[in-house]
Amino acid sequence: MSDEIKDIDDHSGIETTGHSWDGIKELNNPLPRWWLYIWYATIIWGVIYMVFMPAIPALPGMGTNTPGLRNHSDRDLVAAAVAELKEARVAQSETLLEASLEEIETDRGLQQFALAMGESLFGDNCATCHGAGGRGAVGYPTLADDVWLWDGTLDGIEYTLRHGIRHEADLDTRFSLMPSFGRDNLLSTDQIDDLTDYVLLVSGQEHDATAAARVAELYQQQCASCHGVNGEGDRLQGAPNLTDREWLFGGSRDDIYNTIYNARNSHMPAWQDRLDDASIKALAVYVHTLGGGE
Amino acid sequence: MGQTTLNMHPSAGSGGPTPPPHKDLYAKREQIYPKLAHGKFRLVKWVVMAVTLGVYYLLPWIRWPRGEGIPDQAVLADFESEKFYFFFIEIWPQDIHFLAGLLILAALGLFLVTSLLGRVWCGYTCPQTVWTDLYIWVERAFEGDRAARMRLDKGKWTFNKAWRKLGKHTVWLIIAFWTGGAFILYWHDAPTVARGWFTGEAPLSAYWFAALLTVTTYFLAGWMREQVCTYMCPWPRIQAALTDEHALNVTYRYDRGEPRGPKRKSESWDDRGDCIDCDQCVQVCPVGIDIRNGPQLECIHCALCIDACDQMMTKIDRPTGLIAYDTDVAVAARAAHQTPPKYRILRTRTVLYSILIAAIGFLLVWGLATKATIEANVLKDRSPPFVQLSDGDIQNGYTLKLVNKLSEPRRMEISITGIDGLAFNVIGFDHEGGEPIELPVEPYGVDRYRILVSAPDGASQRQITFSVRDIDTGETDTNRASFRGPN
Repeated sequence: MSDEIKDIDDHSGIETTGHSWDGIKELNNPLPRWWLYIWYATIIWGVIYMVFMPAIPALPGMGTNTPGLRNHSDRDLVAAAVAELKEARVAQSETLLEASLEEIETDRGLQQFALAMGESLFGDNCATCHGAGGRGAVGYPTLADDVWLWDGTLDGIEYTLRHGIRHEADLDTRFSLMPSFGRDNLLSTDQIDDLTDYVLLVSGQEHDATAAARVAELYQQQCASCHGVNGEGDRLQGAPNLTDREWLFGGSRDDIYNTIYNARNSHMPAWQDRLDDASIKALAVYVHTLGGGE
Repeated sequence: MGQTTLNMHPSAGSGGPTPPPHKDLYAKREQIYPKLAHGKFRLVKWVVMAVTLGVYYLLPWIRWPRGEGIPDQAVLADFESEKFYFFFIEIWPQDIHFLAGLLILAALGLFLVTSLLGRVWCGYTCPQTVWTDLYIWVERAFEGDRAARMRLDKGKWTFNKAWRKLGKHTVWLIIAFWTGGAFILYWHDAPTVARGWFTGEAPLSAYWFAALLTVTTYFLAGWMREQVCTYMCPWPRIQAALTDEHALNVTYRYDRGEPRGPKRKSESWDDRGDCIDCDQCVQVCPVGIDIRNGPQLECIHCALCIDACDQMMTKIDRPTGLIAYDTDVAVAARAAHQTPPKYRILRTRTVLYSILIAAIGFLLVWGLATKATIEANVLKDRSPPFVQLSDGDIQNGYTLKLVNKLSEPRRMEISITGIDGLAFNVIGFDHEGGEPIELPVEPYGVDRYRILVSAPDGASQRQITFSVRDIDTGETDTNRASFRGPN
């Protein structure tokens, strides 16, 4: 560096960096020395940090990262913070446990607490299938509307949350099975075709009236026991209402045919073993307020 | 410290390029020993120091009764309840634009003052300047003035040196502690946190910030001083864009001072300048520069060199004002033997800043004067955007936040309009149809209500209006939100 010819600024007599932008040069003024010392200090700090705190990641053969002398772990801190939060919530959780679901929903303070708690629980546990805000998806009921397969009351929602739907490990689970009329050769494809027109008829959609008339009798034999004489459904068996505009697996001709042929029986796990009672109550109130609670 | 770029004075340039002596990459800081100046600007600085420090230390103790359950501190940034109090002004998170307005006003005020009077902010009122000045005053009290301090620092460690240094640092630390201690009073109820601080009941953050401000005050005002202004602060750089040749700056009038040089009493004043090279302006300078080199980045325009020079000029019986608040255009004109132009207060930039300040100030005052005591904010559910109910109706979900800025509970009537046949339901309340509903609102806070709005099948996407009316006072507020549907 000392061999280089230095560019000296005429005006100030100070060396420049040699960079020039449209004739404007940068003076190479020295930095203050304390700046250098601060840099040294950060290096020393870095070494101290590596000794005391986790610093080197788990390289192959090491098993885990270096824990450092302080044996610090963010994971443990989170676990401790969660435990602390649970502890802090004990009082409010207990009021949730003591109050009935109706009381929780109508009391301003309890409602705010339950909704805040329910919202985060729903996001963690339920939104994967039912969508954010209970918007639903094909095969996963929309919880924000007023259509309920089983029960849309506060107690009914709590029961569903506790025991699940078709969750066979729970003896109290909500259970029903629709037969696979086509796949198990219970009906011929022609009959299923006609039944599709019949379902289109009761749901007020475009249909072939003669085809529907052909299977009016068949519907009463095969379907009415669950879906009702007029297709109004049966909550006790979780049989959907065929006359409304809501379709869990789609309401087009192809979708309906497919449903009759293969049957649809979706599942929901029982949550009573995974969440505590206060959480389930908060979730029940939250789901009930999403848009269609009864 | 290196000479920097704003070197405008012609005499500063040397003959031609000469190789500089070997230079280290890093410059050792040269200790500056500012001498005590006497004169009108020094007096102004003492007064400003007393006023600004007085305001800083005492302001949090002023009480301002506001009502039941509301803090009665005149100036308080209450993070816990998310409110900012400044005498009669009360800023909620919903009014954050007032805070932005105040900051914009402060920035514009700084711009205006800079274009009129250069860096008066730096020279008189900047906390760094005020506390450094205070620290130098303490230093002077223990170690004497410039010459004595330089002697003391060069000399061996003796008992005399030791106790003076110890005394100085002790007082510095006490001042630093009071500075840090006063800072936390702005964030909590002052008497409570002050008592709690000594009994161990104050929040951890109070100890942390008191300690932080103690340490920074001690180091920035005691040790770093002008280094903060030169290397850390962005203002010297920004200021270059805000001042111009028409601004009043602390200026060495080279037209009168040059050629300079020492002078015997017997010599005549003919063919020479008034500057006798007495070096007084350099000795009093707190940033260690020579003002005679022209406007410089380091110069904080504290005007102490004016005092020093005036004193000397009076002593040698020459007119004062060799260094004075002057404009570059005036000095240049006199140097070219022309009549200097009159100082112009009204320039494009000063007029523009003034208009902006007046306009924003008016908007703020108007906004504060007409500030509502209720506020309705509506948040629409984003997921799902809408649902179709079993009868085909379209339903949207909303969260209504009702802000009550008074300290008593109120009754609000909510109505929702915008779609024919609209109906709504407030969760937790018994209500059907589209008629208005009365809701209770807690005193001095924000209440949230979940509201489901439904409209007949076929309703298209549109805006709906949430109207809130205080049943007792008739005060209203409205808020619009979109209503979504399949078409």
